[in-house]
Amino acid sequence: MSVEEKIKQELLAKFTNIAADQVRIQRARRIFADVPLDDFFSVLDYLIKQQKFTQLSAITGMDEMDKITLVYHLAHETGIVFNLKVAIARLNPVMKTVIAYYPSAEIYEREIMDLLGVQFEGLPEGRRYPLPDEWPAGQHPLLKDWDPSILDKK
Amino acid sequence: MAEKRKFTIPIGPQHPALKEPESFSVALKGEKILGVEIKLGYNHRGLEKACESRTFIQDIYLIERICGICSHSHSTCFIQAVEEIAGLQIPARANYIRTLVGELERVHSHLLWLGVAGHEIGFDTLLMYSWRDREVVMDVLAELTGNRVNYGINTIGGVRRDISEEQIKETAKAIDILEERTKYYVEVAQQETTIIKRLSGVGVLKHDDALRLGAVGPTARASNIARDIRKDDPYAAYAELDFKVITDNHEDIYGRTVVRLLELMESYKIIRQVLEKLPAGDICVKAPRKIPAGEALSRYEAPRGEDMHYVKANGTEKPDRVKVRAPTLANVQSVKTMLQDRNLADMPIVIAAIDPCFSCTDRMTQVTDLADNSRQVWDWEKLRSHGIEWYRQRGVDFTALNNKLKQRL
Repeated sequence: MSVEEKIKQELLAKFTNIAADQVRIQRARRIFADVPLDDFFSVLDYLIKQQKFTQLSAITGMDEMDKITLVYHLAHETGIVFNLKVAIARLNPVMKTVIAYYPSAEIYEREIMDLLGVQFEGLPEGRRYPLPDEWPAGQHPLLKDWDPSILDKK
Repeated sequence: MAEKRKFTIPIGPQHPALKEPESFSVALKGEKILGVEIKLGYNHRGLEKACESRTFIQDIYLIERICGICSHSHSTCFIQAVEEIAGLQIPARANYIRTLVGELERVHSHLLWLGVAGHEIGFDTLLMYSWRDREVVMDVLAELTGNRVNYGINTIGGVRRDISEEQIKETAKAIDILEERTKYYVEVAQQETTIIKRLSGVGVLKHDDALRLGAVGPTARASNIARDIRKDDPYAAYAELDFKVITDNHEDIYGRTVVRLLELMESYKIIRQVLEKLPAGDICVKAPRKIPAGEALSRYEAPRGEDMHYVKANGTEKPDRVKVRAPTLANVQSVKTMLQDRNLADMPIVIAAIDPCFSCTDRMTQVTDLADNSRQVWDWEKLRSHGIEWYRQRGVDFTALNNKLKQRL
């Protein structure tokens, strides 16, 4: 059994409410998994502490119209990347911060805050990134229905 | 003696060539740095959004322009993800050509860095030397791809230009010259006491801090983390090539210098193997215009560290989402730790040592006197001169070494 398959089987054994088809090994060293929001932190905790995914490569946020999906790209020193996906509500999206696990997550979370309007609970006050200070409130450019013409209005 | 007042110095924002331009605000007491605040995003260009409204082919050209130095890194990282979604098996020859251009890009980037580092500490002869040598690799890139930067060699399914026997011979000759020159720089770095004294113990990033802050590339490897995507998560032709991951346990700028110099030697080794083993065959397979729905994550060891692209396709000719995480965004977090309780005189070299793409431009530094709120404007040159002079008064002077090297010209 490959290391990827072993990680998958151990995860499924530990979290019985995650269906087998929600964890996909796309190719060598690439695992994608959709987990429910309720299980997200216990799965993350398990992947970091038991499976040693100690590096956060980045967090991707995307607007899928009916929901906002966050993808946590967790890297292992063997080169395996676990792409942990979680869906949150599109209206007033809120997620808890992961900076307690990965201090480097701060900048990735701030980026998602600006570009998609997701609020991260527990993230300390700090400078915004990457939009300018005078950017109008409530405008999040990576939302699919965002209208860039707002920038032309004076 | 008058009590030293606390100053806050904003540095930046600056350079249009970056994905992640940086603005630093430095709180000072006398010469000592109390804290650093980093403000990013000044020149965010909305490239990820722009990618969504263009086709995959158009996006290659857009993404190649994320960075003027690691252009091939970004375009390769992006198309690898697209090819994975489309299920394309690209020809071996194309993989080797991508590797070749990628390593030549690393050589030009590391030589450029060496010159910039020399300049920031007042060792300008090193700048003249390494940038002269860098022209050798720039000429090779121009000969192979038609361009000095933004090579335009990648396309979905392979590469756009083949290389000839003649070009292989010329490239091999250029590598011989560069290897000979780099050996000399390794010698300078390992033997010259001025350079060892100036760079040792400066910009310290402990092994544990580097792990915690997610440092990548030479910045991480100089803190003894053997993290290299070419080895850990091989792409292009790297799985078939023999090379070492260079690490160092100095945990400072001296370590970062040694790592980059020795990596140059490894790059020459890789380039020679590519030139010798270059498989015959096609350079490209036909790619569909519409990419089937799916997602992929691609990683690439850019000269500055791990570059990461996530691509989601929805079955049309345009991507649904393209996410880019360039290496500087991962490394800039460590700068705060490197500068804490250090001297202002070390700031130019500490920032330059993560190789943040912006080292080659003028930046304005505003010195605010918090007592009466008066402002002074320093440019980068003044900050650099301050650093060089500060160390000269304390016995670290590059005049003799500059003269020594000049005699070899």
